[in-house]
Amino acid sequence: MAGINEYIILASILFGLGIIGFLTRRNALILFMSVELMLNSVNLMLVAFSASRADMGGQVMVLFIFAVAAAEVAVGLAILICLFKHIKSVDINKFDLLKW
Amino acid sequence: MDKYIFLIPLFPLVGFIINGLFGKKLGKGIVSFIGCMTIGFSFLVALFIWKDLLGLEPEQRIFTQTLWEWMSVGGLKVDISFLVDPLSMLMILVVTGVGFLIHVYSTGYMYEDESYWRYFAYLNMFVFFMAMLVLGGNYLVMFVGWEGVGLASYLLIGFWYQGMDNAVAGKKAFVVNRIGDFGFVLGLFLMFWTFGSLSYQDVFPKALELFEHGGLSLNSPVLVAICLLLFVGATGKSAQIPLYVWLPDAMAGPTPVSALIHAATMVTAGVYMVARTNILYTLAPTALLVVASVAAATAFFAATMGVLQNDIKKVLAYSTVSQLGYMFIGVGVTAYWAGIFHLMTHAFFKACLFLCSGSVIHAMGGDQDMRHMGGLAKKMPITYITMLVATLAIAGLPPFAGFFSKDEILGKAFAFPYFPVAGKIIWFIGTVGAGITAFYMFRLIFMTFHGEFRGTEEQRHHLHESPLTMTVPLVILATLSIVGGWLGIPELIGRLLGHIPNLVEGFLEPVFEHSHNILVHHVHHHAHASEAVEWTLMTTSVVVAIIGISLAYYIYMIHGKELPQKLAERYSFHYQVIYNKYYVDEIYEFLIVLPIYYLSVFFWKVVDAFFIDGIGVNGPAWLVKRLSSGARLVQNGYVQTYGTFMLVGLISILCFFIYR
Repeated sequence: MAGINEYIILASILFGLGIIGFLTRRNALILFMSVELMLNSVNLMLVAFSASRADMGGQVMVLFIFAVAAAEVAVGLAILICLFKHIKSVDINKFDLLKW
Repeated sequence: MDKYIFLIPLFPLVGFIINGLFGKKLGKGIVSFIGCMTIGFSFLVALFIWKDLLGLEPEQRIFTQTLWEWMSVGGLKVDISFLVDPLSMLMILVVTGVGFLIHVYSTGYMYEDESYWRYFAYLNMFVFFMAMLVLGGNYLVMFVGWEGVGLASYLLIGFWYQGMDNAVAGKKAFVVNRIGDFGFVLGLFLMFWTFGSLSYQDVFPKALELFEHGGLSLNSPVLVAICLLLFVGATGKSAQIPLYVWLPDAMAGPTPVSALIHAATMVTAGVYMVARTNILYTLAPTALLVVASVAAATAFFAATMGVLQNDIKKVLAYSTVSQLGYMFIGVGVTAYWAGIFHLMTHAFFKACLFLCSGSVIHAMGGDQDMRHMGGLAKKMPITYITMLVATLAIAGLPPFAGFFSKDEILGKAFAFPYFPVAGKIIWFIGTVGAGITAFYMFRLIFMTFHGEFRGTEEQRHHLHESPLTMTVPLVILATLSIVGGWLGIPELIGRLLGHIPNLVEGFLEPVFEHSHNILVHHVHHHAHASEAVEWTLMTTSVVVAIIGISLAYYIYMIHGKELPQKLAERYSFHYQVIYNKYYVDEIYEFLIVLPIYYLSVFFWKVVDAFFIDGIGVNGPAWLVKRLSSGARLVQNGYVQTYGTFMLVGLISILCFFIYR
């Protein structure tokens, strides 16, 4: 059986992968997917602790996170579509007008 | 009637406000009416108050009126209050009386001017402040008037401000005055510190009390300091050495202004102040010596400067400085009533002289150079006769006014109680000065009214006598120049003519009573020369005046065509020095004005522009700009950069908490 440690390690690795993906990839859609990966790794962590400590709070929080993540993706993709109509690309290096 | 004292300054103030705010729309007729009648009413009120004053016993002739408390701070309590005693009564009658005549004259003189309303507004404002000065019951109200007349003088000298020279002259008058005022204010501080008050009815009794009971000795340094500092203010206001330089330049203003402000009234404020402060001065003989000496020097030197001037108004200006010197000699040798008496007669004949010169200038189409005049007597008979009368008065020939007042002063100087030797020297200087006065005044008459006309043809056709609004005041003032002196006939002559009393001396006696007592009880030498000496002195001054007139006649009438020129060439060095007024203006410019000017430029360009603006204000702004233009490069627009920073920050916070 997998103890709590394994779940912690797994969640951390997933979170790290999400960060690396967020900081290094160029495609905006991949960025969104990395953000989802980070959020879901946190979800996994919360559920694991909730099961190991028999505390329902963790699972309740996960439900909140699901809802928020879904909303955030919807808005984010909508913004991305508007941007694409102007710039004709999803390369984030091209989204650099809001600067000095 | 003493409840109505406040009306005297109030009428001109109202006139100033109405003419100042609405004058432009009211038209010349109404402006003239308001301007003149306000002073006329003030004069009437003054006459009524005088009548009431005379109804009292001489020792009780004091009216006071307190309007309201101005300030009560610390130990200083000052009210807006008036004090009317014989001294201020005489002053206010002269101010409003002569002032009224000059206002009427101005309606004629300034008729063509488009700023007619502004002129009358300023003139009324002047009379308001002058009334406050002479009627004030304490030194602070006097000082308000003192400063205010300085302001009015500045505005009126620079009346035709479109001309740069006029504006500069006004500025010079105000700045030089302010220097004197600085000394005056220091004197006020010291006075308050010593006596705890600035009110006449507090300071003078306190001073006498301290003197009687030993707190304040004769010539105590504090008292001398107060008197000298106040005199510094007087040298500024009344154009004595060293602060007289503004008065000749002040001739840039309209001639009636020169008559009213720079002859009859404002410049006499210093003399009034010393007379008012007579108790303190009598208790500080050193200060008196300084006053009398400076005055004698001024009287003499100004007279010499008047000898060679070619501008008719400049001659009169230097004459005024010189005559003010005589007034200060009078009050400086403790002959306070004599100084004030000369103030009064001088107001009559000097105002007359200035107004006559205005009449001449008008006839000459604005030309003031006497070298272009000549033979005007036939064309302007009234002006000629009145000016001649006033000139005889200033030259000091009996029975004209100037003789009685000037002679009284010189006679009292000869018998200066505190410093008999100095008194004789002052008498000598004053007498020589009187001779010079007679000389240059008659030089003026001969050059202007006699001989042949030396101007252009165009000017010759334009010559005309002035209208009634101008000639009537001239006649009145000339008459006063004759009879005014008869109010102060010295006892010596009065006895001969059937016990005619000296009206002015008697009227002013209560004001100077305490000073007189101090002199009688504490000074061994009496201010009374023997009768023989007095007769000798009197005849000497008449003889000196006649010599002066004859010399002028010889040089300018008999040999008028070549002699002045030849003398100027023969003594060219002296001529140049005196003609350029001993280069005093140039010396002041070099020693005082230029250093201050360059210091100001330094403060402007270096301290203000470079240090304060450049480094103090613009410096931090520049620094912020430089720093931020570097710092803003962090915002490069890439989301991943921001994410990296967030991660780094997050990790540092976690480390911080783990390893704490």
